[in-house]
Amino acid sequence: MSIDAHGIRKKFGAFTALDGVDLHVPQGKLVAVLGPSGSGKTTLLRIVAGLEFPDPGSGRILFHGDDVTDIPAGRRRVGFVFQHYALFRHMSVIENVAFGLRVRRRRERPSPATILERAHRLLELVQLDGLAGRFPSQLSGGQRQRVALARALAVEPKVLLLDEPFGALDARVRKELRRWLRRFHDDIQLTTIFVTHDQEEALEIADEVVIMNQGRVEQVGTPQQVYDKPATPFVYQFLGNVNVLSAPALAGALRRDGHVVEDVPEGQIYVRPHDIELSPHDAGGSGLSAIVRHLHAAGPHARLLLEQVQTREQVEVEISRAELSDLNLRVNDLVRMRLRQAHSFDEDYAI
Amino acid sequence: MASAIASTIPSRPARAASPRATREPAWARWLLTAVALAFLAFFLVLPLAVVFAEAAAKGAGHFLASIAEPNALASIRLTLLTVAIVVPANVAFGVAAAWAIAKFRFPGKSVLTTLIDLPFAVSPVIAGLIYVLVFGAQGWFGPWLIAHNLRVIFAVPGIVLATAFVTCPFVARELIPLMQAQGTDEECSAVTLGASGWQTFWRVTLPNIKWGLFYGVILCNARAMGEFGAVSVVSGHIRGETNTMPLHVEILYNEYNIAGAFAVASLLALLALATLVLKSVVEWRQARSS
Repeated sequence: MSIDAHGIRKKFGAFTALDGVDLHVPQGKLVAVLGPSGSGKTTLLRIVAGLEFPDPGSGRILFHGDDVTDIPAGRRRVGFVFQHYALFRHMSVIENVAFGLRVRRRRERPSPATILERAHRLLELVQLDGLAGRFPSQLSGGQRQRVALARALAVEPKVLLLDEPFGALDARVRKELRRWLRRFHDDIQLTTIFVTHDQEEALEIADEVVIMNQGRVEQVGTPQQVYDKPATPFVYQFLGNVNVLSAPALAGALRRDGHVVEDVPEGQIYVRPHDIELSPHDAGGSGLSAIVRHLHAAGPHARLLLEQVQTREQVEVEISRAELSDLNLRVNDLVRMRLRQAHSFDEDYAI
Repeated sequence: MASAIASTIPSRPARAASPRATREPAWARWLLTAVALAFLAFFLVLPLAVVFAEAAAKGAGHFLASIAEPNALASIRLTLLTVAIVVPANVAFGVAAAWAIAKFRFPGKSVLTTLIDLPFAVSPVIAGLIYVLVFGAQGWFGPWLIAHNLRVIFAVPGIVLATAFVTCPFVARELIPLMQAQGTDEECSAVTLGASGWQTFWRVTLPNIKWGLFYGVILCNARAMGEFGAVSVVSGHIRGETNTMPLHVEILYNEYNIAGAFAVASLLALLALATLVLKSVVEWRQARSS
């Protein structure tokens, strides 16, 4: 079932959480809503779920084209998973999963035996059937989140909404679980919205990424699109590291289609640290002179902090450790840098 | 396991060489403990012992006679009636107020939170006087009540009102921090899973707060039975009619019926002890369930 939101606004007192947000999630896709805290992403998810309501007269929520704006959460058939699991602490795992079926009206409620059988099947699906009798406090964070997912799936939701589902877990479990979630989604093909502030997580598992900032949508696209072609300075800075350099200082160094750009734009040029190429300074040729100020070689890549000679701007550069040892650089050495790819929000450049 | 722990503890001289910042010399610890225990013995244990000793002074026959005396029985009945009305009303108010304060945003929330504490800040005598001024013969509603032949002051309704006022913070105070700490996530989950408001309350909220609620009820009950000041002002001290247990104790005492006074008082003291035992059990259960 597809999900659409049109022109959603939401204020909490003087604070505008959502300022006219549109969202389209195609049937069966996994869409990540990505943004810093306070960007309104969780509020948007809660409005889709029916846990909050948009400001009167502001917007509509459509499921599969049907307006559900005024339908309460319990009848929207959404599965909602909370950042802190929100498992019922006084119920065993199996009872947590069975809850959604047990509270149904008598006419729609399956028999107790059927309820238990279905709960067990869901626990098998999330690979936790051995823990049916445990209480939430006896489980690890990753296990709790899978119980929460099984519980959400028990009501056979039409859409799945995940609010920072891995936010409270440690780094290794996060990585494992997000890959597991991606495979899981490929198996069950349920339309899913996934809220996160972790760009790596969003780019790794989502079919499509919606980037939000200050209650507005900044950009929508596939992970590759938003990473390679950020639509706004905010997206550029939010997705990975970026150097922001003043454009006039790059005069004579900016090229387009192999020619030096004469009319250097005002404003700023965005360059990712791994899009900068270094060469020995004495070799001559094009490029900007810089001094090595700091070297950090632990980890898979070497990270260097350079200072551009002309403007004294600091530039972060990432090169492979093999390149670093070829260059044989030390702190305070001079080096020449060339921008493989650079971007201003007027034009694209390559040097 | 004991040996494993022991092996990780450095030997004694090493420890003595680096005393912890919070470690006091032995004499200071002994002195502080002794002062605390002496204080407890003198101000708490001794009076309690006196109550039971005095109650038993004239033998079991006199003790039973003092309690079985009609006016004493009437005071016990009235106290139980008051508790039977006040405690359930308090539970309803406490749960509703705590729910509203902990789970919703609304204007005037901080005012409500402060107002709930008002009975703790006001002297019980003032609380009683307020009701006299409002419902008494010279009060705001006095003439209207007299015209309709209704009695509030110097009657059971006044006693119930005054007791309810004095005890009203107990349940709410107990529940508000608990419910605030638990947040609304579990309720939200229940709602998205299709539970109705009632189902959410009975199956999710209530089980989560049951020990806190029980604790509040115990305290509320103890205070409702023992309340003297506020009830004294509104009761009128009519024997066999508007005397609660604490008021009855006072009357007996003023009549130099010391053994009788202490016999009834010992019932209240027993209640206090039972309350403490229950409270410990509840605290233990609460610690275990969280």
